[in-house]
Amino acid sequence: MSGNSFLPRKIHSLLGVIPLGLFFIEHALTNYSAFEGGQEGFKDSVEFLHSLPLIFFLELFLIWLPILFHGVYGLYLAFTSNLNVGRFNYGRNWAFALQRISGVFTFIFVIWHVWQTRVQVALGNTTNEEIGQHMHDIVTQPGFFILYFVAVIAATFHFANGLWAFLVSWGITIGPRAQKVSSRICMGIFVIVAVLFILSLFAFRGDEFASASAAIGSLSSAVLG
Amino acid sequence: MAETATATAKRTVKFIITRRETPDSAPYTEEFDIPYRPNMNVISALMEIQRNPVKADGTKTTPVVWESNCLEEVCGACSMVINGKPRQACSALIDNLEQPIRVAPMTTFPVVRDLVINRERMFNALKRVKAWIPIDGTYDLGPGPRMAESKRQWAYELSKCMTCGVCLEACPNVNDRSSFIGPAPISQVRLFNAHPTGEMNAHERLEALMTDGGIEGCGNSQNCVRSCPKGIPLTTSIAAINKDTTKHMFKRWLGM
Repeated sequence: MSGNSFLPRKIHSLLGVIPLGLFFIEHALTNYSAFEGGQEGFKDSVEFLHSLPLIFFLELFLIWLPILFHGVYGLYLAFTSNLNVGRFNYGRNWAFALQRISGVFTFIFVIWHVWQTRVQVALGNTTNEEIGQHMHDIVTQPGFFILYFVAVIAATFHFANGLWAFLVSWGITIGPRAQKVSSRICMGIFVIVAVLFILSLFAFRGDEFASASAAIGSLSSAVLG
Repeated sequence: MAETATATAKRTVKFIITRRETPDSAPYTEEFDIPYRPNMNVISALMEIQRNPVKADGTKTTPVVWESNCLEEVCGACSMVINGKPRQACSALIDNLEQPIRVAPMTTFPVVRDLVINRERMFNALKRVKAWIPIDGTYDLGPGPRMAESKRQWAYELSKCMTCGVCLEACPNVNDRSSFIGPAPISQVRLFNAHPTGEMNAHERLEALMTDGGIEGCGNSQNCVRSCPKGIPLTTSIAAINKDTTKHMFKRWLGM
């Protein structure tokens, strides 16, 4: 395979599902623990993740590098596509256009989101234990709440529709019937995962995350400082 | 009867045609009012302009140039954009079209003049993917293996492709920023790989589609299958070749 785009395109498609799709589901479930288990539930979920062995390498190889490749190559793919929904106003063509729009939007959002959360932990401005309160401080600002609300919908659409396209691009769903059934399943996944994220956004807005973590925050600052 | 004839003769059909003089010159539009005749199509309207090249405002112009051959939607030569959709002018009946009828060339291809486009890239694509059955030998190779009737039936549908270019015009990934080969030749690979003799060279066609600008350029907008005038299941062909190229990729890696 000399200098061709077949392999990178295949890798782009694969990385979107494994590991990024799996990480995305994990992220939705971890956040949802804030809705289901409140402050304690969320803290336990975050602690569990950060207690995994070789966590740095897991993050590096299962999240950061795949996102970087998928995002940068995705920008190139979006650049080489025309959007022609005006002339061809068909459902699948809209999905094609939205896949590119949501992809570019999600990539920019993810860079911001990583800066606002993971990088702040790395810089020592917040900790994994305080991340719930940190999120509370972010999503109680109306501007950020709207940004996060739109971003989780865009990201979830991109994931669910990308899963549908993955099944086509790897030759798993071939006939129109298979593609129709898989598109219904993927849109079901879109709704379920989007609801998980939205519920957790509302959970982070709750007073529980303000007061309880504020107490922990003041405690830890008292201990540290 | 005579009254109906005069009434019909007075009726006109309004056309707005996108024209250009040379491949590099800027496009412009011209309007025409063409006398209505029963059962006329876009080609017969263009023939009327050829006979009497007068614009709607009464001034003379050059006849509009177009290409057509079979006039029965099997050759693909008269593909153009009619009221926003790429299709064949011969099967575009005036009675079924909303007026004014807007006619423009398929600009995914190089425009030669007016409505004439150069579809050479489609024929080059067929050469690139070896869309033929090699049967020549230095001696008589004898009869080839038989094809199952059930397979022949779906393969026949794929053989209806007339390289008209409508699927490339509809595809959002066929443009000057991408080298994507387009849906039609991918479906032809499926056709010739389905043939019992053609199958012997299946890997050559798959490998052609695994090079730059090959099958990976498909973004699954599925406009092609919605636009194909012959109803060819293009997206089924693309997904089937996705499966075959994926399998071929793994086989090559594993040295199988």
